Amino acid sequence: MKLFLSAFICALLLVFSAWAAESGRMMSVQVKTSPLRETPSFVGKAVSTLSYGDRVEVSATQGVWARVRTSSGTTGWMHNSALTTQRIVLKSGQETAQTRASRDELALAGKGFNSDVEAEFKKSHRNIDFTWIDKMEKIKIPPNEMEAFLKEGGVAPGEGGAR
Amino acid sequence: MSLRIISNFKSQILNSWILGIFFFAAVTCRAQLLDALSDIGAEIGKQTGAISDKEAASIKKAGKALGKTFESITPEQEYYIGRTVGAVIVNKYRPYDNEAENHYLNALGQTLAQFSDKPETFGGYHFLMMDSNEINAFSAPGGLIFISRGMVNCCKNEDALAAVLAHEIGHVEHQHGLQAIKNSRLTTAFTVLATEGAKNFGGSDMAQLTEAFEGSINDITSTMMNSGYSRGCEREADKSAVEIMRNAGYDPNGLVAMLLEMKKQLKPGGLDFAKTHPSPDSRIEDISQWTGNYEPVKMPIKRQARFLKETGRNQ
Repeated sequence: MKLFLSAFICALLLVFSAWAAESGRMMSVQVKTSPLRETPSFVGKAVSTLSYGDRVEVSATQGVWARVRTSSGTTGWMHNSALTTQRIVLKSGQETAQTRASRDELALAGKGFNSDVEAEFKKSHRNIDFTWIDKMEKIKIPPNEMEAFLKEGGVAPGEGGAR
Repeated sequence: MSLRIISNFKSQILNSWILGIFFFAAVTCRAQLLDALSDIGAEIGKQTGAISDKEAASIKKAGKALGKTFESITPEQEYYIGRTVGAVIVNKYRPYDNEAENHYLNALGQTLAQFSDKPETFGGYHFLMMDSNEINAFSAPGGLIFISRGMVNCCKNEDALAAVLAHEIGHVEHQHGLQAIKNSRLTTAFTVLATEGAKNFGGSDMAQLTEAFEGSINDITSTMMNSGYSRGCEREADKSAVEIMRNAGYDPNGLVAMLLEMKKQLKPGGLDFAKTHPSPDSRIEDISQWTGNYEPVKMPIKRQARFLKETGRNQ
């Protein structure tokens, strides 16, 4: 019985430490731009837009959503697929001696396969045209249009509502 | 006697706890373990005089690079890989230059993506129709998705079209494209990165990186267009499609309806889905585990009218 009790306490401690690690944790935006939403839902109104590399402090989580505070003090919700625990160094000059010590926790923006590599690829493959890729990337459906699209088609998101 | 059984039982529980913790630690720390092993190996070699400092450093570096897989590709790099994979696809299949139809495809596809496990990628999800009668659809890493007019013709309603797009979103979500990249390319890329760190790349490093990039693009496009993903990957994408459709409010039977129509239209020996995907029948069998017996989709009149109008069928 004692063993079960200690196992239960261990499990509780694990859950608590996971929760404690979640809140107050610093994370970075890992996508080009991502909206900071008023509510934890993709139809939630955007209060502002965050950019690649922006740091946020996670104060709470709710399923796949994280409540965050930006460096300017604005709070809102972000989907966890837009965030990483790594610190993103945007320019090589920003990498200090301190951050260099823990490179595994860093992602160097613009390194590896980047726009320079794409340019090199284009030079040796002039027949491959990127015009349509640039064109399709510009097609962006805003959240209010998505909501109207679902409504117009009589499509009702499943239990738990929009994620 | 019974006390001994209880005590044995207790120690078994304890053992399984300890084993469980070790297993968890081993799984989560695989990459770190590889790093640590290469560090230790290099250090021993250096101290016994078997290798020089420079060689030791290079072993450590290579060990770190080898420990990394496609999962170490950052979303930004995935985006650049996806752009070029997309450009290769567009180069082979002519885009269908119809603003209204492409807008509808994006309204449906981008909305569905919001209900996936990965609604946000570096550059977002974008959809384009290809002017081809082949029955085909491709997804480039990061969320650029291409669908042929032949494939749209296999869809008799919006739920069926939603199923095709949701299946492709599933491939993006699980990074099936990136998984097709050979490890040797990634080892080259990560080794160059480990050497260079934050510095700018010199000519030879850039040449090496570009070669690894070209190789990666080739691995992905040849898998997508010629050999096809594994049966396991296709099953994973179908499972995601069912989940995405359910979350969004579409009927997952739309996926089965589309496959039944595809079965009628696919030509044996064709270079499209006939070549790169498991047969519609075997996919339907898998899907029925998650959706139950097939029931035809009941379509609200307004949704069907929109689908026919936006796919240019009511003219």
